[in-house]
Amino acid sequence: MGALSEKIMTEKKISLPLFDPALLKPALLDSVRKLALREQLKNPVMFVVYLGSVLCSVLWVMALQGQGDAPAWLTGSIAVWLWFTVLFANFAEALAEGRSKAQAASLKGLKKATIAKKLAAPHRYGAGFTLVDASDLRKGDVVLVQHGELIPCDGEVIEGIASVDESAITGESAPVIRESGGDFSSVTGGTRVLSDWIVVCATVNPGETFIDRMIAMVEGAKRRKTPNEVALTILLLALTLVFLLVTVTLLPFSVYSVNSAGSGTVISLPVLLALLVCLIPTTIGGLLSAIGVAGMSRLMAANVIATSGRAVEAAGDVDVLLLDKTGTITFGNRQASAFIAAAGHTPVQLAEAAWLASLADDTPEGKSIVVLAQRLTRSPAVLHEGEQSGHNTLHALQQGLTPAGVSFVPFTAQSRMSGINLGSRQIRKGAADAIRRHIQQQGGSFSTVLQQQVDDIASRGSTPLVVAEGAEVLGVVELKDVVKPGIKERFAQLRQMGIKTVMVTGDNRLTAAAIAAEAGVDDFLAEATPENKLALIRDYQKRGQLVAMTGDGTNDAPALAQADVAVAMNSGTQAAREAANMVDLDSSPTKLIQVVEIGKQMLMTRGALTTFSLANDVAKYFAIIPAAFASTYPQLALLNVMGLTSPASALLSAVIFNALIIVVLIPLALKGVRYRALGAEALLRRNLLVYGLGGLLLPFAGIKLIDMLLAVLGLV
Amino acid sequence: MMLQFFCLQGVFMLLLTLSAHPMGAWLAPLAAGRVSGRWQRVDAMLLRMAGIRDEGMGWRQYALAVLVFNLLGALLLYALQRLQGLLPLNPQGMGAVEVGSAFNTAISFVTNTNWQGYAGESTMSYLTQMVGLAVQNFLSAATGIAVAFALMRGFTRRESADLGNFWADVLRVSVYVLLPLSIVLALVLVQQGVLQNLSGYTTYTTLAGHAQTLAMGPVASQEAIKMLGTNGGGFFNANSAHPFENPTELTNLLQMLAIFLIPAGLTHAFGRLAGDRRQGWAIYIAMSVIFIACAVAVMAAESQGNPLLTALGIDGGSGNWEGKEVRFGMAASSLFITVTTAASCGAVNAMHDSLTALGGMVPMWLMQLGEVVFGGVGSGLYGMLIFAVLAVFVAGLMVGRTPEYLGKKIEAFDMKMVALVILTTPALVLLGTAASVLLAPGLAGLANPGMHGFSEVLYAFSSAANNNGSAFAGLSANTPFYNAMLGIAMWLGRFAIIVPVLAMAGNLAAKKTLATTNGSMPTHGGLFISLLVGSVLLVGALTYLPALALGPVAEHLMIWAH
Repeated sequence: MGALSEKIMTEKKISLPLFDPALLKPALLDSVRKLALREQLKNPVMFVVYLGSVLCSVLWVMALQGQGDAPAWLTGSIAVWLWFTVLFANFAEALAEGRSKAQAASLKGLKKATIAKKLAAPHRYGAGFTLVDASDLRKGDVVLVQHGELIPCDGEVIEGIASVDESAITGESAPVIRESGGDFSSVTGGTRVLSDWIVVCATVNPGETFIDRMIAMVEGAKRRKTPNEVALTILLLALTLVFLLVTVTLLPFSVYSVNSAGSGTVISLPVLLALLVCLIPTTIGGLLSAIGVAGMSRLMAANVIATSGRAVEAAGDVDVLLLDKTGTITFGNRQASAFIAAAGHTPVQLAEAAWLASLADDTPEGKSIVVLAQRLTRSPAVLHEGEQSGHNTLHALQQGLTPAGVSFVPFTAQSRMSGINLGSRQIRKGAADAIRRHIQQQGGSFSTVLQQQVDDIASRGSTPLVVAEGAEVLGVVELKDVVKPGIKERFAQLRQMGIKTVMVTGDNRLTAAAIAAEAGVDDFLAEATPENKLALIRDYQKRGQLVAMTGDGTNDAPALAQADVAVAMNSGTQAAREAANMVDLDSSPTKLIQVVEIGKQMLMTRGALTTFSLANDVAKYFAIIPAAFASTYPQLALLNVMGLTSPASALLSAVIFNALIIVVLIPLALKGVRYRALGAEALLRRNLLVYGLGGLLLPFAGIKLIDMLLAVLGLV
Repeated sequence: MMLQFFCLQGVFMLLLTLSAHPMGAWLAPLAAGRVSGRWQRVDAMLLRMAGIRDEGMGWRQYALAVLVFNLLGALLLYALQRLQGLLPLNPQGMGAVEVGSAFNTAISFVTNTNWQGYAGESTMSYLTQMVGLAVQNFLSAATGIAVAFALMRGFTRRESADLGNFWADVLRVSVYVLLPLSIVLALVLVQQGVLQNLSGYTTYTTLAGHAQTLAMGPVASQEAIKMLGTNGGGFFNANSAHPFENPTELTNLLQMLAIFLIPAGLTHAFGRLAGDRRQGWAIYIAMSVIFIACAVAVMAAESQGNPLLTALGIDGGSGNWEGKEVRFGMAASSLFITVTTAASCGAVNAMHDSLTALGGMVPMWLMQLGEVVFGGVGSGLYGMLIFAVLAVFVAGLMVGRTPEYLGKKIEAFDMKMVALVILTTPALVLLGTAASVLLAPGLAGLANPGMHGFSEVLYAFSSAANNNGSAFAGLSANTPFYNAMLGIAMWLGRFAIIVPVLAMAGNLAAKKTLATTNGSMPTHGGLFISLLVGSVLLVGALTYLPALALGPVAEHLMIWAH
């Protein structure tokens, strides 16, 4: 397990091979452990098999003492295979749980014993602190976390600003900024402060932290049956009772038949038990809980934690997706599209300065400025001819070097600018208000014309980035939203699945309409506010549609709480995470689509295996009925369409097939039925063909094959 | 012979399809709980006279009304049978009906089963026939239709606790639908030669010189509702094989059409209420597919005849004529047999006990399917909708959504009710049959030993529990044992289904109606129809295959193995 957890930790996605050898052994042990009565009572269908196995074993013992109504070897073989049926179902569940536990183990790594610096009153930076164990922290306690330390609990930053490494839970290596106030104030226990310090107020008690809940969910400890699972269990129970009636009444029918035909023997109890177990939906019954656990597991592998299985299921039902424009439909990072020079400067000058200021900028925005500037000026290096030293410097910069006298100014949370110091030249780029502050400090001024240009760009839905040299503004770079390639096709697929996409953006209507048309969404909400977002969701719900959305800010919380499926970004605020029923550790806005697919897949797997299980019964009848009554009504042998060797081998083959099919289908239960973005009708036709018709035909071949094997091996 | 059959079946289906449409339009407003414009004043007056305030009922209230109404009906009918000797309109001076038979008959007519352990002409006075049996023919039919209305409302109302008013529904169905249709049909039957009088039985001397008694009575008025209400209780013991009940080929055709008319019309009313007529068509087509296939199977089996008799040169290879009216012939008999068992009518124009093994298995299986192939008036539709919910549930999961039907999510409570429904009748049929073939009083009723005797018992319980009422006449069922067992089976087969159906209706009505999108499973296309047909057949096959294997299948294989 140790090696395994390590492996998981190093992978970004927490996923596993299906039959990991490290998981098999504990799963096998667990499947025996699950033979306890308490465990069996949880699953009514398998409980019937369990009782059948016990009864059959008793009959076997009786038969060995010469009191049986069927040959001892046959009763014994049936008993053994009935036990195997129970064990195989246990194994499926144990394996699914084992995989989940392995995932949880990787999360538990985060729960290392942490020492917290608990602040005394007045709970401000600089107050005295005592060292306490993190597990002793209660809700409302205030702690100080300094650079290099692990954050001891889930909480809210109440003072300070710091960059935090959350890669342990998100897998994303780039650190994030956490500061008091605003939308980036929540922190998760187990993540590490990389720079500066923060004062954190704990928002949960020990054992209730986000990670604790995640572990409980994933381990299945808190797993409750989802509404659909409950409904399906009721149906399976009803079918089990119907088949119980069928088999129980077969005994008097057989007694009557034997009496009136005056030949043959009454059907024996082991045969009736075999028939019962073959008929009741053991395949789906045995795999049902494994499907549920595996569904949560798949969600976990996609780095999404759901607070309940109910939410996952609801995801499959979603009709409307509210998608944030930024990050989902367009690249959150915008791309440079135009250089707009300020009065007294040429676009080329602006481009060159922007190029210089962006050379060390690794963000996609920065890179896009470099690319655009180079295209505009061919080679910025030729601009300053006559300045030999400058030329060399530029040349060196072009090579990606950092020549002497040059220093880059990185972006910081406080300055919100970045740039370059090139000898005496100080070039900065940044948001309009940051640059305004910067040049005003330098004694420069920010003209109204420039402000007008900045506003124009913003009203187009683009982002203005102001470039300044010294105390003078050179102009504005327009960063435009670029619609993600392939997103249009994705939306078309969703439309085909019957899911409507609605783009939500703070942009004005014009901009929103332009982007909506480009991206091919069905509808959009422009100038979105928390209020009209909430109203929109209620409106859809009133029309009988289920709405899913993603959100991160505190002001998203009401809408998240209203939505049927709400995915909060892990980077979001505590309020948003509490209101949501899922948390996306990657904070990826497109995750919603994946969540919907996982939800659908889970339901489809259940439906497909139920259909398969029921369709199987037809073949089993053709195997068992002629075998059971061959001695009374020999003409029923005509129903033995598979041409099975003998009544005993027919019985055993059906029972063995019934047990083995559970094992064969474990991979399908764990991986889920393959999901395709098709309309409901096409999907149904496909699944009916594969699992309905397949389920009807496969057992004929399977039982025949097992029968031939038994005959060849001389076992019957 | 097959050609003749196909022509008859073609004409039948054509006439049915043509008449189902207007019938649906007629029933739809009533199903919605209102009457059309100019009838509103008449309606208000009628309700006032009956003392009914048309206030909505929740499902519990509706179910209670159904139970109370039918319990009272049963008690009244029982009393009438027991007291008929003291009452007027009894020219033959019939005495009190025996306790067991009266109990069985009272339940039988109240539950729309019309299983008859007695012979009408030698047991019932005219008063009992008219005030007791014929009235229950109307009321049991109206009850079934009312329950179907309630379920339709459950599917189509949004976030409402109101399933309509049972009393108003029964009254409106009786007065606006059953009465006018019955009057018209009765007049046509009289014109064709069906009896309608209150005279004493007539004695005359036959050509051969023997004395013969001809039973008389108000037949036509009862005959019409017997068919229209899928009751099936014959005035005479011979039922629709009797020339005074069913004199001509035309009456035979009309009787078959009358059986299917309202069940078929209800499917269309359902579509209209759902706001999408294709939904109604889908149910209608699914029913038709099973019906046509079964009719062909009966005809094929009957025209094959019995190879043992053929070998002896007895039937000349003309098929199985035993127990058939030569007046109607093989085709019209086979079709009638299928119609009467597909619908829970149970009227017969041939002796089902004399059918070939497979020919008898088909009607038996049609009943075992739950009487959902057109089925009883009302009960056929609500039974089929239960199967639709079942089909939608499994298939809905397969498209990756919480299953929904007509925008209503199918959840745990609904599945519980579906489970009760699909569990009840198999339990009654299988346990009843098991008890009968084990216990001495049960075995005493068997006319034939072996497989055929088993089929007779299985048929009786299938017929009773599914409220059909037809019989493999070989079973002597007018014994205390069978009267009690079958009486209980009929009562539970009716009301242990109606209560969960109403509970589901109430639960559905309270739900939101979801918008249909491309992602929701369509419930009107060919795929859904085949799914529905498949579910009905699969559940029926899986539940009854072992029992059928020991009865008709074994018998068939034995006969043909020689």
